[in-house]
Order: sequence, then C-alpha cells, then structure tokens
Amino acid sequence: MSESLILHGECLLPGETSAPVVRLSAPLSLWGGFSLEDGTVCDVNHPDYGSRLAGRVLVMPGGRGSSSSSSVLLESARLGTHPRALVLAGRDPILVVGALVAAELYRVSIPVIRLSPGDLERASTGGFARVFSRPESAFIELGGKNSEFGIK
Amino acid sequence: MFLDEIDKALLGGEFGESARRAMRLLLPYGEILGAQRFIDIASAHIDSCLYHGRSGLDFVRYLQEGDGRVRVRTTLNVTAFDLEQPELSRVPGEAVRIQRDMVDAYLSLGCLPTMTCAPYQQAQRPGFGEHVAWAESNAIVFANSALGARTDRYGDFTDICAALAGRVPAAGLHLDENRLPVLLLDVPGPDETDLERDLYFAALGYLLGEIAGSRVAAITGAPLDTNEDELKAIGAAAASSGGVALFHLVGVTPEAPTLADLPGGSVAHRKRISKIDLAAAADRLCPAEVGEAVAALCLGTPHFSLAEFRDLAGRVDGWQPAPGVDLIVSTSRTIAEQVRGAPWAASLRSVGVTLISDTCTYLVPTAIRSDGIIVTPSAKYAHYAHGNTGRRTALMSLARCLRCAASGQVVP
Repeated sequence: MSESLILHGECLLPGETSAPVVRLSAPLSLWGGFSLEDGTVCDVNHPDYGSRLAGRVLVMPGGRGSSSSSSVLLESARLGTHPRALVLAGRDPILVVGALVAAELYRVSIPVIRLSPGDLERASTGGFARVFSRPESAFIELGGKNSEFGIK
Repeated sequence: MFLDEIDKALLGGEFGESARRAMRLLLPYGEILGAQRFIDIASAHIDSCLYHGRSGLDFVRYLQEGDGRVRVRTTLNVTAFDLEQPELSRVPGEAVRIQRDMVDAYLSLGCLPTMTCAPYQQAQRPGFGEHVAWAESNAIVFANSALGARTDRYGDFTDICAALAGRVPAAGLHLDENRLPVLLLDVPGPDETDLERDLYFAALGYLLGEIAGSRVAAITGAPLDTNEDELKAIGAAAASSGGVALFHLVGVTPEAPTLADLPGGSVAHRKRISKIDLAAAADRLCPAEVGEAVAALCLGTPHFSLAEFRDLAGRVDGWQPAPGVDLIVSTSRTIAEQVRGAPWAASLRSVGVTLISDTCTYLVPTAIRSDGIIVTPSAKYAHYAHGNTGRRTALMSLARCLRCAASGQVVP
C-alpha cells in the first residue's frame, strides 16, 4: 500500500498510536466475547471469531451494550492484551469509560474515535493505521508508508 | 456541560478525594452522552462489585482514597459466588480472595451488603419519577418500567461514581423525551397462545429484546393482571436478547395507564406479534431433545422473590426430583433468611432445594452433581448460562421443568 487514506472523525478519548488494523464486521461485546488470556474474539457466534484484537487498532461498529465490557477493557489493559485504539461508529460510553479508567489507573492509553459507518468500512484487517485523537482534530490514517509504522 | 455550584465543589475536592475522582469520570461520560448538566439522584445500585479480574479491586481502591462515602442509599449487585457458601460455585481461590476484598472495599464506601440483582425486591425502593443511578440490566429495566423511576444505563465504574457524587448527567432515560415509545407491539394474551403463562412472559420479553434492540417499546394486549414477577421476567429477557432499558405495558406499568398517556404511542411504528412468533422465541432458547438427561433445575435469574418461593413451595409439596438432579434457587440474603425459617417452606426443605445467595447460577459454573442439560423457566438464564458456564440449558415452563427434574430426563 503506498497511498494513504485519512478519515476524519470525532475524538471520544484523546491519544495517539500506530498499529495493524483489525476490523470486525459486527458489534462485539467484550464481556463474554473477548478472551483476556490471549486477546482474541472468543464469542463462537461472532463472524470474526478467533481474530486477534490485542495490540491492534480495533475498528468495529460498536460494543453491544453490556456494561461489564468496561471492566473487561480495563482488565485487558492491566494484562497487556488490550487493543491499542478503538475506532467505533457510535459514541459508546461503555468502552470510553473503560479506556478512561485504564488511563487513570494503569497509564495505558487507548484512544477512541468515532467515524461515520461508511468510513468505518474503508478500514480493512491487515492494513496499518495511525490514530490521532485530539478534541480539536481526530482522524485515522490508513496505509501510507509501512516503514513509518515500524512494521513490515 | 453546565456545572452547578455543587458540581464545582465536587470537582474541587470539597467533598473529598473520592467524590472528586468520581466526578472527574462522570464529566467526560456526561459529555459523550451529550448532557447539558448534572442532576441529583436518590439511590444507586452497583454492578462494579462483580469480579472480572484484579483491576476491579484496583479501581475501588483508587476510589477509596481520602475516606470516601457514598452520598445516597447504595445497594450492591451480585458477586461471583455465594460469599457464605463459596463451595457451591467453581471459582479459583485467587478470584475468591479478590472478590471478598472488593466487597469489603465497597462496604467501606458505605454501600449496603445486599448482593442482589433484584434490588427492587428490597423494602426500600425508588418512587415514581425519582432519578436513580442503577446498574445491572434487569434492575435498570425494572426500575424504569415497573416502578416508573428514572435511570439511564449505568454500569461498571459509572455506577459507583454516581453514588459517590450523588449526581449524574441529565441524559438518556432521565429525560422525558427519551422515555416515549418509538415502537408499538400488539401481542396476543397468554390464553390466545399455546404457551403456559410463565413461558409466555419469558418468550414475550425475549422477542421484545430481539425486535426493539435498545429502543423503547409499548406493548398492548398483555394481561392487565401482569404481576411484578412477570414484569421482571419480561424485562430480564428483553435486556438479554436486546438492550431494552424501558418498556411500557399498556394498562399495567405506571407511565402507560392507557396508550393515550404515551404521546409517542400514536405515531410509533406498529407491529403485530402472533402466537407463532412467541412460540418460536421460546423454542430458540430450548435446544433440549426429549429423552436427554437432566442435571438440574435452576431458578432465580433474576433473584427469586418471596411470592415465587411461596408458589414453588406449593408446587413441590409431594413432589420429588429424580436421584442426582439438583434443584437450585438463587435469591438475595434477605429473602433466603425469610424462606429458611418459614413454616410454609417445609416442602422446599424436604425436597432438598439448594438456596444460593449473593450470586446467580448463570454467572460461573455451579457445583451440579450430574451431567446433562439444565432446565430453567428464565430466558435470561437460558440466554447466558451456556456461554458463561459451558452447560447446555433449556427454557421451559416451571411446570415442565419440574416434570423433567422428577423424571431425570427431558419430557414433552
């Protein structure tokens, strides 16, 4: 990939990171759907069962609403199996709260941005992304020079 | 967000470090919800006390800084096991220790040791129109729908922060405009279906959640004598298959004496539910095959009420489970105490009912003696238990559950 694509969104939690992308085709409840041990999707009914989320920019429509997902995100930050950033289609307070507490308790930064549902689909698993999230400007940069991300 | 004097004082540390930390989390939370300001709450119900890992303890310890106390009456949701009978649940020793430390920490903040998912069964409960900050999906939907109290969907971390601050963002279901139905479901009454009455309510709730998602629906056609335990069954099911936090049962729930009391009701999207739809919803939660072995009958998801215990005591008088089949009922400590000593509950003791408190048997694997399927009249149990505990489960009416438990195998 040589051309980079920049998609602008809304900052839900500030931060910056670069990592490989994993895009889920359906919302995932981290509670009951995400394995804290190995950082993968463990909901057998989810279309992306087995996908690795740890260390990735997690792009997904949303979180399905279980409030225990805040706790699961926090616990993953403690264990180091957390996604590096969250890119969502909605203003999901549950995941933002989990990420906010992770920053406060463990100094683990998990920036969160919201994109339009159409833009969300333009990110694909296996690509690379830079996430930049500030109240005044938030975007995800897809592709670009891979060397810039330090990953072959 | 606009901040009142009290909000500024809370953020400025005038109410202590715990309240300041709580408010610092509630402020960005309120902004994401699009709230304009904060409002007072009358009570809180905490789900953050349930063990999900060491971080849950780290969080409450973080909030304990500076001798904090909750500013409103605050009840605790279930924990991962029965604190007095941990051997009934299969939980690793490290988790047992951390869970106990978590409960102690919440009690030190002034929370009440209720450990129940049904705080609405306690003597003191929210009044009509009162703002509260409740967590636990079934408690939220019950408070909003059956009591007409007003809570948004609180949950891990925001619940205890609201309790410490005594304030919540004015958003979601605290606001009039978000409590009106956008969906109207016409349902047949139980007598017009082929389902027994308890299975009817479980199926109705499960279908409601599937159709409504997280939207507010009004339902017409359900029985006008629908009782609180039946509202509990509808809400718990709808908050499992969907994210329902409020429904109006026209003629039953307090915000909907008639359809005309719901200004949105006349313009809402209308959908007719058939008896076939209801039967299919019940079937989706009943993968059992006639003849397969039954290991246990699990009741009390959400926690069994006193009225449900009285009904069960009548049903099991002269009844016996097949050898090796367990009959386990989850309930609160308060209700368990009343049941344990009650003369009317002698039949429950003679059939060997196991009472489990502080937790619920769908959360973690329970000490069940036999292999085989678990039968339950709870749609919430049937929805979650397989994923959480690895045990196959089947939804059926309580009468059929008892027939299955008596014969040791699934019967029609």
